[in-house]
Amino acid sequence: MFGGFVSAGTPTNLIRALARTGVSGLTGIANNIGLGDELDILNERRQLATFIASFAIRASGGRRSCFEELYRQGLVALELVPQGTLAERIRAGGAGIPAFYTKTGVGTPVADGKEVRELDGERYLMETALTADYALLKAHQADTFGNLTYRGAGRNFNVPMATAARTVIVEVDEIVEVGTLDPELIVTPGVYVDRIVRCATVPVRWEQ
Amino acid sequence: MVSGLSRELIALRVARELRDGQVVNLGIGLPTLVANFLPARVRVVLQAENGILGYGAVKDADYDQDVINAGGQPVEILAGASFFSSDQSFAMIRGGHIDVAVLGGLQVSARGDLANWLVPARGGGSIGGAMDLATGARRLIVAMEHRTRGGHPRILAHCTYPLTAERCVKLIVTDLAVIEVTTDGLALREVAPGVSVAEVVAQTGAPLTTDAVREMHL
Repeated sequence: MFGGFVSAGTPTNLIRALARTGVSGLTGIANNIGLGDELDILNERRQLATFIASFAIRASGGRRSCFEELYRQGLVALELVPQGTLAERIRAGGAGIPAFYTKTGVGTPVADGKEVRELDGERYLMETALTADYALLKAHQADTFGNLTYRGAGRNFNVPMATAARTVIVEVDEIVEVGTLDPELIVTPGVYVDRIVRCATVPVRWEQ
Repeated sequence: MVSGLSRELIALRVARELRDGQVVNLGIGLPTLVANFLPARVRVVLQAENGILGYGAVKDADYDQDVINAGGQPVEILAGASFFSSDQSFAMIRGGHIDVAVLGGLQVSARGDLANWLVPARGGGSIGGAMDLATGARRLIVAMEHRTRGGHPRILAHCTYPLTAERCVKLIVTDLAVIEVTTDGLALREVAPGVSVAEVVAQTGAPLTTDAVREMHL
């Protein structure tokens, strides 16, 4: 799992570090890939076998990403998931909920092969939880127990992903001693976090 | 071919649909422009599905990569705003807490089905938050060009592209017309200045009722 939403809360340092290891055959989960984001370096090095995302290929055409090239050649598989369903599948995975029902996707290709259940006269799709071996995330501050705070819209997928992976690695702008962060303002409790790495934020400028 | 409104004028017409105090999500592309045309007396609360309630104008100075809307544009944060995670954001959307969503469209059907995430010939596609917004917002307005670049109607008896959601669109605002989706099908409500009812009917691939049509007020 990779946190971040385009430029906000993206763990760029950790993605680069993963690229350097050269491990391959990975299944990746993120909101977006192939829109000019840092994750595309994992495609340049052919490290991804499958990707689960809500944004993957620009509907308007234009500049092609490495992900798009590999996808069109059948060299990487894609599971396209509605963004809310993706967030909820991850939240469910972290909360021990194996599946849930949602209206999103009924009557669309997203429903293919899924159970449809009628509840109170409405049709709903059953969606299953997502978990991962690792989550690579970005937060603002961490204390040495792993409590996290975020900046701006940097929470996005980082918050649910922190709960849904066996090993959670977080790059942060600053590491402080336990007791420094106001407990009222902690967003991710430290129980979820396994490793913290202090890194200088890599500037990301989003190109439309 | 009939010439219609610019994208800016489509956005202006959509902005007239919004009411003071509503919580509104604007999709990527044409819908984003709606924020520029809100009447001064109308204050809406803009939700960005990446985790902001209460953002303002797109800003050029003091770029902050963590403070962006869902289209990746840096935005102002207004007094009373809040930040939250994606699961919280979509609980807000899917739980029916968004009054109005404005989305772009590729096709809309006579019963209000929307297709806007995949051109089959191109493949791949991107769903983003569109399916959740189309399903969860209390009112869905689609803002789009009336015809494809090749001149074919985008409003059809049935969508031929894969759907975003069924029976979700309440109002369609195009460069030629304003069309309401009713339980009895599509009702032409307004035509763009200089465009006739007959021209709109000819450029639409689904039946339109035309008994109460007026010219768009811009």
